[in-house]
Amino acid sequence: MSPLDIRWPLGSIFTLIGAILAVYGALSAWPIAASAAIDIVWGGVLMLFGASMLLLAHRAGAKPHG
Amino acid sequence: MTGTALAIHLRAVDWLILVIYFIFVLGIGFVLKKGVKTSADFFLAGRSIPAWVAGLAFMSANLGAQEVIGMAASGAKYGMITSHFYWVGAVPAMVFLGIFMMPFYYGSRARSVPEYLSLRFDEKTRAFNAISFSIMTVMSSGISMYAMGLLLQLLLGWSFDLSMLVCAGVILAYITFGGLTSAIYNEVLQFFFIVFGFAPLVFLGLRDVGWWPGLRAGLEHVAVLQGFAPGAFSESWRYLGSAAANPFGVEWFGMVMGLGFVLSFGYWCTDFLIVQRAMAADSMSAARRTPLIATFPKMLFPFLVIVPGMIAIALTRYPGSGFALPPKPDGTLNYDLVIPIMLGHYLPNGVLGLGMTALIASFMSGMAGNVTAFNTVWTNDIYQPYIRPGASDEHYLWMGRCATVVGVALSLLAAYLVSQFNNIMDVLQLVFAFVNAPLFATFLLGMFWRPANGHGAFVGLIAGTAAAALHHGLTLPAHSIPGIKGGWLGVLHHYPSEMAQNLWTAIFAWSTCFFCTILVSLATRASPARNLVGLAYAATPRLKDTAASWHQRPATLGVLALIAACLLNWLFW
Repeated sequence: MSPLDIRWPLGSIFTLIGAILAVYGALSAWPIAASAAIDIVWGGVLMLFGASMLLLAHRAGAKPHG
Repeated sequence: MTGTALAIHLRAVDWLILVIYFIFVLGIGFVLKKGVKTSADFFLAGRSIPAWVAGLAFMSANLGAQEVIGMAASGAKYGMITSHFYWVGAVPAMVFLGIFMMPFYYGSRARSVPEYLSLRFDEKTRAFNAISFSIMTVMSSGISMYAMGLLLQLLLGWSFDLSMLVCAGVILAYITFGGLTSAIYNEVLQFFFIVFGFAPLVFLGLRDVGWWPGLRAGLEHVAVLQGFAPGAFSESWRYLGSAAANPFGVEWFGMVMGLGFVLSFGYWCTDFLIVQRAMAADSMSAARRTPLIATFPKMLFPFLVIVPGMIAIALTRYPGSGFALPPKPDGTLNYDLVIPIMLGHYLPNGVLGLGMTALIASFMSGMAGNVTAFNTVWTNDIYQPYIRPGASDEHYLWMGRCATVVGVALSLLAAYLVSQFNNIMDVLQLVFAFVNAPLFATFLLGMFWRPANGHGAFVGLIAGTAAAALHHGLTLPAHSIPGIKGGWLGVLHHYPSEMAQNLWTAIFAWSTCFFCTILVSLATRASPARNLVGLAYAATPRLKDTAASWHQRPATLGVLALIAACLLNWLFW
């Protein structure tokens, strides 16, 4: 049995990178330029994916450091 | 953004994403270290990987940067016809592996493909495969490293030596810590990085050219400029009636038999680098589902890697688009730069860091896959049977870790060797074709024809490899000079393209191995009453996967995958 459910690192890294993209996009230009909009939207998508992975891992009862 | 310059300018946010990726990769290896207690944990991930994880890793093991860069380059060079590498040249073979071959690989409890050959045939057949596979694996890993160092130097101005050493160090650390599990987990991570890094590129590119109708119109212009019918770059089957009618230079028989059968089945069903991922699955059912699950993302990947190439060539040939692929010194377009140039052209900083990380991840994953396959084959199929039999499990685990260090060091050496000799990449491609194509005939007969024996398999493999060399030596692609491209024994036939020559070389190699194995097996005495249960179809009870629900059964998944692949072929006919 592996001591790590892959969904924990997957969820963590994409939530983190998604948040970085969204914040960077929001801060980098105002009013929002097209390039900043891409960062914000895509950051949101990554956060959604990351959060779903974390939720699935949590529901599976897996622990990050088993 | 004009973006046609070669340099890509990363900002702090892009660097941050790259650094986060490296930290996670090393962290995964470190956390998994505590789970590696036996050699089976290290080499086979303890046979504990769930089917969906093994399936994504199975697909990602083939998603090295050479594949990503190469398929985008082919998309630009040949158009939609490149999709045959997926819908014809991958899906059917993956379905065959899952339904028919996996029961023997997994059921035999072999730890590797060469070990299966030893159980089914004999030691000489195993040794031949283990040695040729080890050499090819190290060379392939070295080429991946070399390509990465070169690309990072060209695009980001990084030091060639430093970027190779840093990536090699990271790979060495996470494989030495976590073995195959670590490699598999990082392959899954890489899979999602590629999806999330390239999807915005495809979206923005398609929006720029006017979606699919606009891309089709642009490609019609490209096709006509090259002397083909307008649809030759956007349709995959319609122009395969004659080799001269499509940019691939291959007719339908060569495509179906050469790519769809010999090369594809030879690679997907016998290459240990790929099969190892399925062998790590946590049950027979999961092992069979592994390649079947992988078919679904695999058949969608042309939209992520081939379409950017098609967009790039359409924009390059479209006056006033503001985008152009850079030329090589000989004046032809440098198709290999499609993905990096497109990343720089379309993605803003932030998402650009994600895309570049995906590219670097695919390079590293390609190398890591080769290194894990090498350490397993070296330890289980060369060291244990021929150098130090009967040692303790701890010793073989230690040797596996040593082999990882040696594998990475040899890969670095191979990378520098490649940088010294221009032709080594071409030679390796040839060796792959020579060795992999006949091997599938050996497996096909071994699993499905009971009288096949060790002498037949060994002679068949040697004869098949020799036939490939002979065919290559007597034929030459158009516009090539005799030498590394072929014709070194004299030119009996000219092929319209290198692709056509490769496919026919594979067909000759496979056929020779197939018939020689049969003839020698019939002429020599079969090995004394071997127990073929779990090794050959006729001697093995049929598997009934009744435990899984109907939609998880291999047959259901296989049929669904084939229907989906047929649908895609029809849509882009």
